[in-house]
Parts: sequence; structure tokens; C-alpha cells
Amino acid sequence: MSGAPAPRPTSAGTPPAPAIAAAQPRRGARIDWGRLAMIGVPYGWLIVLFAFPFVLVLKLSLSDRALAVPPFRPLIEWERGLEGILDFLAALDLESYTGRLIQNPIYGEALANSLGIASIATLILLLVGYPIAYAMARAPRDWRPWLVMAVILPFWTSFLIRVYAWVGILQPDGLLNAGLGALGLVDPAAPPRILFTDTAVIIGIVYAYLPFMVLPLYASLERMDHTLLEAAADLGCPPWKSFWLVTVPISLPGVFAGALLCFIPIMGEFVIPDLLGGPDTLMIGRTIWVEFFANRNWPVASAVAVVLLVLLIVPILLFQRAQERGLGAHR
Amino acid sequence: MKRGLTWFNVTALVAGFTFLYIPLVLLVLFSFNEVRSVTDFTGFSLRWYERLFDNDQLLRAALVTVQLGLASAALATVLGVMAALALVRGGRFRGRTAFAGMVYAPMVMPEVILGLAFLLFFVATSLERGFVTLLLAHVTFTMCFVAVTVQSRLLAFDRSLEEAAQDLGCPPWKSFFLITLPIIAPAVAAGFLLALTLSLDDLVISSFASGPGYTTLPMRIYSSVRLGVTPEINALCTVLIGLVTVGVIVASLVQKRSIDLARRHARP
Repeated sequence: MSGAPAPRPTSAGTPPAPAIAAAQPRRGARIDWGRLAMIGVPYGWLIVLFAFPFVLVLKLSLSDRALAVPPFRPLIEWERGLEGILDFLAALDLESYTGRLIQNPIYGEALANSLGIASIATLILLLVGYPIAYAMARAPRDWRPWLVMAVILPFWTSFLIRVYAWVGILQPDGLLNAGLGALGLVDPAAPPRILFTDTAVIIGIVYAYLPFMVLPLYASLERMDHTLLEAAADLGCPPWKSFWLVTVPISLPGVFAGALLCFIPIMGEFVIPDLLGGPDTLMIGRTIWVEFFANRNWPVASAVAVVLLVLLIVPILLFQRAQERGLGAHR
Repeated sequence: MKRGLTWFNVTALVAGFTFLYIPLVLLVLFSFNEVRSVTDFTGFSLRWYERLFDNDQLLRAALVTVQLGLASAALATVLGVMAALALVRGGRFRGRTAFAGMVYAPMVMPEVILGLAFLLFFVATSLERGFVTLLLAHVTFTMCFVAVTVQSRLLAFDRSLEEAAQDLGCPPWKSFFLITLPIIAPAVAAGFLLALTLSLDDLVISSFASGPGYTTLPMRIYSSVRLGVTPEINALCTVLIGLVTVGVIVASLVQKRSIDLARRHARP
């Protein structure tokens, strides 16, 4: 796939909509135009505006930086036809990867740090989210829609606002330190610095992503058949054991969905490390942003994006399979 | 076996909701602060709100954001409904797996990557960055959420209604507008609202997709937060939180009413 040109891009960058050859009109042999449009329009849109741009990212990551606007050399000169493509193949290099990504330890560190923060945050989210989802699923039936609404409501408020809310709380003279000081946990004279550290980033992530963890967990716990627990109790199983042997295995699809729904976007998170993290909080999403906007090194930003995407492709595919399976269960 | 909430469950709920709501409550509280501090409340005042409504730049950004949100949510709803229909009613077609993949992927794809990809696309196609590019980018990343919302509703409803209409000679497009659309309407409305919220809220993708001189509200908020925390931003956030809360409550009342109506029709 590396460096291969887009399927059929024209110079205008609009590849034609895919052929829907297998369209089988249900009634009669005439072409079902309605069905063709129903599939073709969104399909074409996504190919042009979603798939094709990724080919461009890959292309650019193999390109050279240039001091121009836009700051890179054109890769393929389509106007020159075959010759242009041959030139492109000859000039193909992995310099963005070998020259910058591997030699400069910053990118490796950012990647390792993102992986660490995303893993810790996802784990904390599970530990915090599970008891909440569990209690919601056990609450009286009339309460449940309200509880779900209460979890969703902060999600409707701006992400940026919710992250910003923590800036005031985590400041050295902010409310967290005041609260901890009142409890005698920290020395009020010398409050610990929390804002602009990895701890602040993790707190912000757990806060912002909690609804994404609680809702899938709740969905799987709420559907649970409670006679199973009764059966276990009747057979002499203590509650903690039936929780571990019955409830947890049943909720595993929810755990899986919640963990993926949080872990994948956290890996590329930009706003939270930028507002709550310090200058040494390296996360890969922020690295892409800085390379792109501050250093104006588009090829390296693209190369980092490609590396991140390659790392995330397995979790993303797992997420899609879980989505498909969840829908299958509906039928 | 007794069911119901144990003290552990109650603690989890109370602690969980406190954690979710305390930061927002504090944010709102300090928007009414007399002095320029967001950690020390000294007295009530509305001066930050006065300042806010004098800030032309901010109001212009808000207008742009709302226009963009409404336009992109409308377009995303049309495309999202089509995508959901294609996935649920489309049967088998070539590239269905790839199509489903493209529908689900933007939901979890890190925004930085999406934004970068959009920008490179706009540069490659020489589209001047501004309202149109913002619109295209927002429609693309929000239509997927509409598709998923509508899809679950389509899967839940009885297809024989559509088939009955078609057996009676109703053309497919007509049965869609007369039968399918009214039934999936709540999910379509929910999808529209979701797309609108995501669009109004977006910072990262907008930063990549917009050009010089075209700033959305989140971009404005972001740049002022970077300069420092002031009660003026708190006041702005409070206004937005208020609008969202009212919107969500109205939407859920409307939805509840339509569900009640549907129930009454279903049971003659």
C-alpha cells in the first residue's frame, strides 16, 4: 500500500463513486435508482472525504519538506501522466520516518507516554465507571432513565468547557488543594503542584471520558438476567463469588466496548494534555499538532499520524467488530 | 434474594455524580465572582456577563459557530440516514464491509489525525479554507454518529409495515416518506442534535479545516484559555451550559411526548 496512488483520483481529487455492481433490485429487473442513491451517495462521500484524505496523509509522510506554501513538494504531478508517476516512485523516501522519527527520541517518548497515560486512564475509568454503572443497573426501574440522562448531560456540554473547569480546581491555590489541606492530607503552606503534570492530565481524561465508559457498561449490566444470581445464591454461592463468576463475565462485552471507546481517542488526545499538562507532558496527539502548526513540518506530522494510525488499527478493527456484533444481537 | 441498592451502590452513585457535576457547578459559580479570581469567591456580580456581551469578536465567532452547526447537522442528518438505510436495508453490495468500516471509524479516530487528513485534502483540491471546508469536515465526522443512532432504530422496527405498503403498490420512495421516516423520526431528531452538539463543540478538526479570518467559538475559547483563566470565560461557558441544558430538556420532553403518542396509536 505504501506510496501507491489513490485508486482513481483525478486531478480535481474527486474519485468517482464506487460501482455498486451487486445491486439486486428486489422487484423486477430494472435498476433500483433509489437504492443506488441510498448506497452510492454516502459511500461516495466517505470515499472522497474520509478514505482519500488518508491516502494523502500517507503520501505526504513520504514526501520532502519544502519552504513554501503549502510546505511540502508536490508528490505526483498528474499532468505529466506516467512520467510523473515514475518520478514519484523514484523520489519516494522514508526520510520522515528514518531521519526524524527514529533518530529523534522525542517521538518515541511521546508514543510511549501516550500509551502509558491512555492505559492508566482506561484502567482508572474502568475502576471508577464499573461501580457507577452497576449501581445504575440495580436502581429502581423508574430512576434509570433519569440516571442515564444525568450521565449524558455533562457529555452534551462542551468538551473544552469540561476540561477548562479543571484548570481552576487544580491550580496550586485551587479547590483540590484547599480540600486536601482541610482534610490534613497536604501541607497548606506548600501545596503540591498538580496542574501541568501527568496527574492533572489523567484526572482530566477520567473526567471527560467517564460517560463513554459508564454507558456501555450500564447497557450490558442492565440487560442481565437477575435469576442467574438468584440461582447462584440458591446453590450456596456467596455474593462476591457470584459477582465474579456471573456478573463480570456477562458484562465483558460492555467492558470491552467501553475500554476501546475510551482508549483509542485518548491515545490521540490533544486538548487535555495541552490545557492540563506541562511542557514535558508529551502525548502523540499534541506532538502532531506542534509539528504541524508550530514547526510547520507537515511531512513529519503526517508520518507521526501514520504511525499512530498503524498502532490504533487493531483496536479500531476490534471496535468495529464489536459494533457489528452488537447490532447483530439486536436482530 | 433481595434486590435494590446497597450502601455501596448508593456511595458509588453519589460519588460518581458529585465528580461529574462539581466542576461544572464551580465553573458556573465563579462566573458570578466579583473579582478576577476563579479560586476565591468574594461576592456576587454580573460584570463578566456585561463584558461578554460587549465582546464583538466573541459574538461574531458564536454566530459563525451556530450557522456552521445548523448547516452541517442538517447535511449530516441526510447523509447519515442514507448511510444507516444502506447498512440496514441495503442488503449485500460490493464493498459493504469497507463502507461499514468507514461509517464506524470516525467515531473513535483521534481528531488530530482526522483534522490533518481533511486539511491535506483541502490543500490538494485547492479549496480555499473557510466556511465550505469547515462544513465538509464537520459533515463528514458527524454523519457517522447520525448513522449509528438511526441504524439502531431501523433495526428495532417492524419491516413488514414497509413491505405491506409496497405490496399494495406504494413505490419505495413513497413508503419511505410515509412509513419509515415517521417511525424513525425520534432517532433522526436525536441524530441531528448529536451532530449539532458535536459540531458546536469541535475545536481540533475546525482548527485544521478553517482558514485565516474564520474562527469558531471553541477556537476563540481555546485561545483565550491559553492566555489565562478569567471569569469572562466562565461566564461564556455558563451561557453555553445553560443553552445546552435547556436544549436537552426540551428535546427529551419532545421525545417523551412523541413516544407517548406512538404508544397511544399502537394500542387502539
